[in-house]
This record gives sequence, structure tokens and C-alpha cells, in this order.
Amino acid sequence: MPGADKETDLTERIEAFLADLKRGGSGTGPLRGSGEMARETTYLLRRITAQARWSSAGDLMEIIRNEGRRMTAAQPSETTVGNMVRRVLKIIREEYARSRGSSEETEQQESLHKLLTAGELSEETFREHFVHLKANVIEAINELLTELDGTTDNIAMQALEHIHSNEVIMTVGRSRTVEAFLKDAARKRKFHVIVAECAPFCQGHEMATGLSKVGIETTVIADAAIFAVMSRVNKVIIGTQTVLANGGLRAVNGTHSVALAARHHSTPLIICAPMFKLSPQFPNEEDTFHKFVSPHEVLPFTAGEILSKVNVHCPVFDYVPPELITLFISNIGGNAPSYIYRLMSELYHPEDHKL
Amino acid sequence: MYHRYVVVALSRRKPNEGKELTKEEKQRLRKQKKHQKKQKERKNEKGPSETEKDKTPVSLLPPPQPVATQKAPSALPAPASAPIPVPASAPFHSSPAPSPADKPAKSKAELKAERRARQETDRAAKQPGSSSSGIKTKVPLSELNPVVKRLPEHVQVDDPAVVKRLAKKLERQQIPLRSDYGYKVSLFSHLHQYSRKAPLTQLLSIPSTVIHPSIVRLGLQYSQGIVAGSNARSVALLHAFKQVIRDYTTPPNEELSRDLVNKLKPYISFLNQCRPLSASMGNAIKYIKKEISNIPSQCKEEEAKTKLLTCIDRYIEEKIVLAAKAISKYAIEKISDGDVILVYGYSSLVNNILCEAFEKSRKFRVIVVDSRPRLEGREALRRLVQRGISCTYVLISALSYILPEVSKVFLGAHALLANGYVMSRVGTSQIALVARTYNVPVLVCCETYKFCERVQTDSFVSNELDDPDDLMVTRKGKTQLENWQDVSSLGLLNLVYDVTPPDFVDLVITDLGMIPCTSVPVVLRVKNLDQ
Repeated sequence: MPGADKETDLTERIEAFLADLKRGGSGTGPLRGSGEMARETTYLLRRITAQARWSSAGDLMEIIRNEGRRMTAAQPSETTVGNMVRRVLKIIREEYARSRGSSEETEQQESLHKLLTAGELSEETFREHFVHLKANVIEAINELLTELDGTTDNIAMQALEHIHSNEVIMTVGRSRTVEAFLKDAARKRKFHVIVAECAPFCQGHEMATGLSKVGIETTVIADAAIFAVMSRVNKVIIGTQTVLANGGLRAVNGTHSVALAARHHSTPLIICAPMFKLSPQFPNEEDTFHKFVSPHEVLPFTAGEILSKVNVHCPVFDYVPPELITLFISNIGGNAPSYIYRLMSELYHPEDHKL
Repeated sequence: MYHRYVVVALSRRKPNEGKELTKEEKQRLRKQKKHQKKQKERKNEKGPSETEKDKTPVSLLPPPQPVATQKAPSALPAPASAPIPVPASAPFHSSPAPSPADKPAKSKAELKAERRARQETDRAAKQPGSSSSGIKTKVPLSELNPVVKRLPEHVQVDDPAVVKRLAKKLERQQIPLRSDYGYKVSLFSHLHQYSRKAPLTQLLSIPSTVIHPSIVRLGLQYSQGIVAGSNARSVALLHAFKQVIRDYTTPPNEELSRDLVNKLKPYISFLNQCRPLSASMGNAIKYIKKEISNIPSQCKEEEAKTKLLTCIDRYIEEKIVLAAKAISKYAIEKISDGDVILVYGYSSLVNNILCEAFEKSRKFRVIVVDSRPRLEGREALRRLVQRGISCTYVLISALSYILPEVSKVFLGAHALLANGYVMSRVGTSQIALVARTYNVPVLVCCETYKFCERVQTDSFVSNELDDPDDLMVTRKGKTQLENWQDVSSLGLLNLVYDVTPPDFVDLVITDLGMIPCTSVPVVLRVKNLDQ
């Protein structure tokens, strides 16, 4: 039966994706960028929409929510997966509302009137069947994919508004978004970039070679020298792994020290992050916030017997509070950290915050 | 006038009367000439004075002094006051200004001294330049003499005139000039950057006739990083100098007090070329030079040498070993049971404190923070674990993660500057900053011999650049920065030191007690007055 084939094919793909997620996060598999991750997730969700068996929007949402839960459980630190799932859920809600003919505003707003009169309007209302719902949803997901494809370029286009000539810019580790941002600015302006190498993975080295290839004056410094050179830096431009709901960051470790040093010298801290990195998570979830990898990176096994007598930590992420951040540059423009909560309400439905 | 001078001189300086008068006179004249030269040296605040530069190098040739007798009559009025200040104050204070305060000197002599001082400062002001040891000697506040500080040459690498002058001086001392390596970041073009793979000793002939072999070995140990750390370098330096003194013999017609100092100058230049001198080494060298110059001329050679050796031993014992004990005693008061102490890199003093505290049965655990590329923290970790102290080890990028657990931060220092800034291994300021944010007290431990009269506000103007190749790392078989030299727009920066502002430091523990960071100039003043 073609239906069964499609189903098994689908489950296979989902399983393969989950396995990839698990492997990729531990550092053994190939390191994927967040953009790639987001795109893959969206492809998979589109496939689920196309191939899974569902009759009403509620069913589809249930299926996607289940798969989303499994995907986020496979790799909790990879938040773009969860973010894409929530985006698709919001798309479904919107398409459903449009098919029903009611405007989206009334669905969204939580007014006092609604709270008193509504009651159990949530799941029941998604039981109607619409013929074109599937096509609409898939079209909307395609639009989302186009948006994802263009994020890096959108951000890079804003580069000239923020970088003047003869600036000294500091960046930490490696971020594809920041690399594209700086390369775009380098076409027209001359400036100097200082890259902190970000031990133990030393991804800053890759960033530096990439930047110097296009002729940008680059200097690689050790992490320890960040405060020492910060007095000569005009701007700090960094990428991040996740933007949290309160406007804070979950970024590569060492970023908090950079942010503190920048605040001490009153240097603006600019974050280049596309919108799909915005996550409705808050930083007080201690168990999922920190991620550790093998301490071999910090103290290699060649150190010998001492390894059994010491504790070695190798955290991957750092929390940066929103007070230290000056500006977020995303594909929809520049925003202050205090505005992030508003953007979140445009991207995700409040009921989807907890999958 | 001549007789009066001779009478004065005899009554002050010559207790033993077995010698002929004429020969004595000649010796006296020669000595006065040298005194005069040394006075000028003192005014220039460092080793070789310009007057000496014009003459032939004193260290290598036998004394050219016999011609001095012809100049004697003209030189006489000037040295009239010279015997008076010499026994009084320490010879390295470059002005004769303290002497009128110390002794009831003749007013004429005082005026002459003032005039000479003014001449010297004018001459010094006209010729800004470099000298061998890169350490400035600050004169304790003398109202009569404006302090003319000359920039050490190792922070003037971008000035071609200075570099040429240094090259000429090294050529005269027969020391090879070390060339810079690799592309230097523009912000640091005024500093040297050497490669570890090209040590200075490769350019020397073996066996070296100019430089004592223990000094050659020491220089190599410095440049390869085998001897590293402020205390270790100072102690090694002092031991090498002890060996030099043991092997030293005074050439005929020379005085030990003057010749030995001159012998040490090329050694110091050589060591400076191998690795720029640290503040502690600078202070140790100043002390040795002072002790050597203070050797009375009638002292026999063996006696003088044993005296110097005991002086050096006493210096090491007092300033380093006993100071460490005193600092440990104070610091242990600050360590309570249940503490989680954070240390950075390897500081011999902080390690000492922790080991002593552990022996006194304090219960605490230690977090060792380390940083690339030196990774000195591993050595500290090894030593602490050997004693049985429970340790945690992280890199400096994990600082924000680990700091909420920490109750105190103990840091070592390379030098304490006169404006209260702490000069230490790069990364120290970052730790102090983040600790301040988390409200964790920061305690700096530093012996007083590392206190330095320099002032500095950022880590750029005076620093040390280490070999840039150290930043390269091979991960998973790939070295990203392998061909960084080929890419013209890529530079690697390997800083060694940075300065921590005093508002990040809560307490400085020294052998004189526990003081705030801003009291450093007070300690310096007290020390100088003692001297």
C-alpha cells in the first residue's frame, strides 16, 4: 500500500533525524550550524504535514507536537528544533483561523472578556475539516523556508549601518552570521577585527582564517587577553546559540566575560542573531541550561594519573543577562533586548511555549 | 687649595698610612676622576652614562687612567665635594641633593653640587635615549632635582634611532642582537616579538669570551621558558650572579666596586635580549649594584667577594623566603573552613600559601583556572593534588560558570605599580572583573621586592609579546592557523602580562602586612627612606 510505504518512509526519516540530533550534540558527529538545523527541521515538518494521516488541524497539531517533543528530548540544547516546531504550530493555527474566516487578532488576544466568556475553546475549535488546509499549510511552510534561506543575507545587508571605517571590532569564537556580516561590511569599509579564539574548541581560528581571506585585518588573541585589549575595541559583535525569552543569551562559553569587559569599558555589545534562534525558554531552567562535553578537551587523557583526582569541567554555554546587551540585529531589523518578548508573541502562540 | 683637598681627603678616606704619598696622590686623583664619573652616572639614573659612551668601554680595556693626572688640576675643584656625599647616602640616588640634608656640608660645595646637577639634567634632557636595563630608578622626592625619566628601550622598538643605538651598544658589548619574528599587530609595534625557536645563544660563539657561562645558561633558560615566574627568575638570576662573583678576579689597577659593576652590564644586556627583565629582577639588580658599589676600596678581594655572596644570600632569604612565610601567615587568617578558593595559573607564592594552609588543617577546596597558550595552571594543579588538596580544573572561558561556587579569589602578581595597578599574567584582570561582578573578594599576594615605581594604566604601553606560534593548535589533525605567516592580513597576538585596576582588588597581602591596593606608593616611599 502506498499509504503504508509513505508512513514507514516517514518514520524512518524521523528516526534518522533524531539519531542525527543525538549524535550531533555530543560533538562526535558533524557540527551543524543552527541555520542548517532549522532548515532540516522545517523540511521534516513539511514532510510530516504532507505524508502523515490527519483529518483536522487538531490532529496535525497533535502529531507535530508529539514529534516535536521527541526531537527536543533528543537534544535539549539544540533549541532551533523546538523553535521551528512552534513556528509550524503557529502557522497551522493561523491557516485554520483563516480558513474559518475569523481574523487572527481575536484568536490571539487574551482580553478579560475572552477569559470570562471563552472557557474551553482551545482544542475543540480545531476539529473542523477544511479541504485546502493541507495545501495552505504547506505553502506557508514553504514561505517559512524562504525566510530561513534569506536570514543570513538579511542580516548581512544591515552591516554598513553599524560599522564605520577604522573601527576595531571584537568577536568571539565562530558564527556564520557574524562572518557574513563582517564580510559584507568589508566590501565597502576598512576595519580591524580581533577574534578571541574561544578555548578549548578554538573555533576562533577558523573565523580568523575566513575573515583574513577576504582581506580583513584580523588578529587572533587568547581568551585571557580579552579584558586587556578591550580598551581599544570600539564594538563587540558576536553571534549566539539561542536568544532567550527575557532578552538574555545562551552563547558559547566565555561570552559572559566578554560582555562584562565590554560593559566596563562602555563598549556596545551587538548580537547578530536570526529570528529562528529566539526561544521561549527562560534562563532559570537549570537542568537544561548548561551542557557539558567531555573534559578531555580541557585536560587531555595524556595528563595521566592526576585525572582521577581532580574534577574537570567543560561547559559549552554561558548565560548573558539582557542588561549587558546593547542591540540585537536580526533578519527583521535591529531591536533592543527589552523588545524581545514582543517579538516572541508574534512568532509563537503562548500555548505552544511548552510543547 | 690642593693641599686643603688632600688634607680633607686623607683625614676622611685613608686610615692605613703605609703608602708613599706620591703614589697615593696619583691613586687619589684617579679615584676622584672615577668618583666624578660615577656621580654623573648616578645622575643618568642607569648604567652607562653618555660621558662613558664617548670614552672607550671601561669593562674591557685596562684602565686608561694614567692620562688623568694631567687633567687633575682642572678636575680638582669639582670633586671637592665628591668625598662628602659618597659615604652618606646610597650611591644610586642620582642627585647630590640628599647630601646637604645629611651632612653639614660647605655651602660652596652645595652650590657646586646643585650646578652640576642642573648641568647633568640639562644634558640628560637633551639626549633622550635608552640604556641597558629596562628599569627606571625613581628618585625619592628631591625638591632640587626634577626627575628625568628615560623610556626603556624595550618599549621603543618602533623608533629606528633607538633601535640603532641599542644595536651599537650591544655591538660594543659584543652581544648579538636578537631580531623580531613574525607580523606584529599594529597596536603593539612598539614592543619586541621574538620566536622561541631562535634563541640568542645560537648567535653566540661557544665558549663565549664576553659572557660568563652561567649567564649564558640562564639566558637560554629564560628564553625557552624553562625558568619562568617572577620569583624563580629572580632567584636564578641571583644564583648566577653569585657564580659570576665567585669566578671574578679584579684586574690590576682596578677597583672591585667599580669594575664588577661594569662587568655585570653586558650580562644584563644579554639577559634583557633573551627575555625582557621583570620588575623583581630589576630591583634585585639594583640591590646588587648598590652593594657592590658600597664595598669600601680598602677591602681585600676575598673579603669583598664573601661579603657580596652573603649579601645576596641574605637578600634571597629576606625578600623571598621569609617574605613568603610572612605572607602565608597573614593569608591563612583569611582562609576559613569550607572555603572554595579560586587561583589562576601558577603563582609560587599562592601555591605556598595554599599548601601551608592545608598543613594547618584548614578545610577548603581549590579551583584552578587555566588559560591557553601557556597552560601554567596544570603545574599548579599537579603540586596541589600532590599535597592532597581537592581541586577542580577549568579554562578561563568557563569562569562565569564556576564563579557562583567560589568564596575567595587568590591571585599572584608579577609587579605592583605605583598607581595601585597590579601587573600580572594576562587573564588576571578578567578574573578580577568577573569576580567583582559576582561579589567575590579578590586578594592579591605580592612580596614587597616586586613593588615598582612605574605607573601604567593599560596593558598596551609596556608589555611583553611572546612567541605568536604558541597560539596555533592542532585539533582533530587539523591546524587552522598553520600558514598564518603567509596570509598578510592575519596576525597572532600572544600577550604575557596585563594590568588590573585597583578597584577590582580588595586586598593586597605583603610581607609588611595587609594593605589596600592604593597604599603601594606609601610602601615604596617607606622603603626608599629606609635605604
